[in-house]
Amino acid sequence: MSWRRAFVAVLVLLPVIGLLAFGMTRDPRVIPSPLPGRAAPDFALDVMPLEATPLDRADSATTIRLADLRGNVVVLNFWASWCLACRDEHAPLSQVAREYRDQPVRFYGVVYNDSQENAKRWIRQMGGQSYPAVLDPGARTAIEYGLYGVPETFFIAPDGTVSRKVTGPVTAAVLREEIGKLLQAEAGREVPAGSDDR
Amino acid sequence: MSPGALRSGSFTGLLALLALLAAPVGLVAQGDGESMGLTPQTPTSEYDPELERQTSRLAAQLRCPVCQGLSVEDSPTELALQMRDVVREQLAAGRSPEEVKAYFVAKYGEWILLEPEPRGFNLVVYVLPWLAVLAGIGVIALVVRRWTAAGGGEEETREEAMPGEAALAAPSEDATR
Repeated sequence: MSWRRAFVAVLVLLPVIGLLAFGMTRDPRVIPSPLPGRAAPDFALDVMPLEATPLDRADSATTIRLADLRGNVVVLNFWASWCLACRDEHAPLSQVAREYRDQPVRFYGVVYNDSQENAKRWIRQMGGQSYPAVLDPGARTAIEYGLYGVPETFFIAPDGTVSRKVTGPVTAAVLREEIGKLLQAEAGREVPAGSDDR
Repeated sequence: MSPGALRSGSFTGLLALLALLAAPVGLVAQGDGESMGLTPQTPTSEYDPELERQTSRLAAQLRCPVCQGLSVEDSPTELALQMRDVVREQLAAGRSPEEVKAYFVAKYGEWILLEPEPRGFNLVVYVLPWLAVLAGIGVIALVVRRWTAAGGGEEETREEAMPGEAALAAPSEDATR
């Protein structure tokens, strides 16, 4: 084979190899969400009562509305009892939720395509959740948030915009990092003109 | 075909084959997204055949987020059923198919459509397979011309140089070609 042919071969193969190498650096399962940066879709979801009473009274149900949560950092975690990976993030979520209890931070666990019975049993087995579980019948809110699997966690800034979406189990480090960032940004905005906070 | 011609021609031949193999993959990706499988009926209180048909048609253009190779129309997953309900509701409320598609794209991103909008960078998906076919045809034409030219020339030299063995050489050349 002549050198010229070898040169042509390399010339043709280089872009192909380059494209494949670039492809290897990307995870095909991670799909970018169009939500970060935009206003978080509003929702009105009922809290799942955890007491195993034979008759859950209608007036004891509380509805969580995103519109009422303005000013808080909201951590919206979608989970299900049949989701194995959700077990990995259960402890970090409950722990970090407890850490920020006295701050304007709210955690909610949205039950995704699961029965109340299974969800309650799962919470009991996992030793409880330090924040409310809310129900999403028909997965309408899940679809509003562009959910394609569980677990998925959305961070909503105090001004109501989605700041970040995490696909897969979220870690305590990521939770603290994102919540800290959002709280700092909010504190920075609220500082009155003329004062120096640096 | 002599060994020499086989070696020099085979590389370009291989390129041509690769180009031709790549083209149909792109053409299939361009598929019209119409579902061909059985469609499970979602029971409704008032069955409206026209609404159901519109819902099916639109659902067939959406990708199931769970079984990502299937359309929302074909997928048996719960989320797909729920998405079909959302489609039906929005169509019944008077939204156009384009508006419903735009709703899902706003929530999931453009990958939710089985067929990407022929716009901007997406045009590459539509144009590239045809370019590959043309390139493949071009390479094959070139290669065939070179093969026939080399084969014809060598036959002449063989017949001249070794007339005794021409009878042996000619049948084997035809067989390899």
